[in-house]
Amino acid sequence: MIYFDLFIGFLEVGLFSFGGAYGAIPLIRDVVLSHGWLEDEALAYMIAVGESTPGPIMVNLATYVGRSQAGLPGALIATAAVVLPSFVIILLVMTLLRKVLENPYAQAVLRGLKPCVIGIVLATGVYMIVRNCGEDAGSVNAPAAAMTALLAGIHFGSRKLWKGGLSPVGLIVLSALFGIACYGWR
Amino acid sequence: MNILLDLFLTFARIGLFTFGGGYAMIAFMERSCVEGKRWISHDELMDITVIAESTPGPIAINCATYVGYKQKGLAGAVAATVGIVLPSFCIILVISAFLDDFLKIAWVAHAFRGIKIAVGILIFDAAAKMICRMPKKPLPLAVMGGAFCAMMLINIFALRISSITLMLIAAILSLSIFGAKRNFAGERRDK
Repeated sequence: MIYFDLFIGFLEVGLFSFGGAYGAIPLIRDVVLSHGWLEDEALAYMIAVGESTPGPIMVNLATYVGRSQAGLPGALIATAAVVLPSFVIILLVMTLLRKVLENPYAQAVLRGLKPCVIGIVLATGVYMIVRNCGEDAGSVNAPAAAMTALLAGIHFGSRKLWKGGLSPVGLIVLSALFGIACYGWR
Repeated sequence: MNILLDLFLTFARIGLFTFGGGYAMIAFMERSCVEGKRWISHDELMDITVIAESTPGPIAINCATYVGYKQKGLAGAVAATVGIVLPSFCIILVISAFLDDFLKIAWVAHAFRGIKIAVGILIFDAAAKMICRMPKKPLPLAVMGGAFCAMMLINIFALRISSITLMLIAAILSLSIFGAKRNFAGERRDK
């Protein structure tokens, strides 16, 4: 039953998304790949769309995946599921469990979770970059590798030139222009 | 104005105008909820930020739920949370109706081949920023390194292991090390 799968899948994402917007991306990737809802390619496109539209990325992705699998009801169910855990947890923290986050055992759990999320996000980024640059048999896709080096240089270099550097949306626009320049208009 | 409607509209505006999510939103929250509406104090906003870091979910949702509940209980929490989610929900709904056809246009498909590369760099950068902020102690660094290696293996060999499994292992590991240390300290005190 697709509605049930969407609900449970995105509930899991909402419940384990520590570490901000990008902390949720490996989880969403797990869920959509294992159910065959999206391929890596489409997921990367939607991350870019989410980054260029308002609102949290994980809400954007839940809405998109829900709609693509089961229309408007699917979108509503997936979005509600991804929001529900943080909604309920904040209510619990405000009412019953005011002190729970200061509890030393809860702190110990968080001390383990946070670096683990960082490692997972780092691995996801590295894997995506490497896979973009490689072709099937492990040979290098030269234009993609050149674009990766150039974009990374601009992204990290721009921070040295002015405060904050190039914004994520700026980088996405630039990369779109590079893509067209490299692969042609038609 | 009805407070529920006010909560809904205020958070809908925040949801509509916050690009880049997360910390960009805190500044917006400060202007509208602290200085404008005086729903919460500056210190409370800082508290919410800390709570948001220790609880799952986007900080935008955490903030909306907190402020809404404080103003008008459960109904307020629902109004504010629906308000902050609704704009992006509608925008993505519209975009997703057109995206597939849009991607069939040659130059758009080519543009997205470039965009895919930018997304990899953005994810890498998000991780790099988190590494800069994390405590540089042996245990967190070891957990991070272990999680990185495990996740790389999972990706490369397309293993059917969820990243949630890794997170649970890390949590249990950290908890048992903490418990062992505490026991050890207790025993020493007893002697």
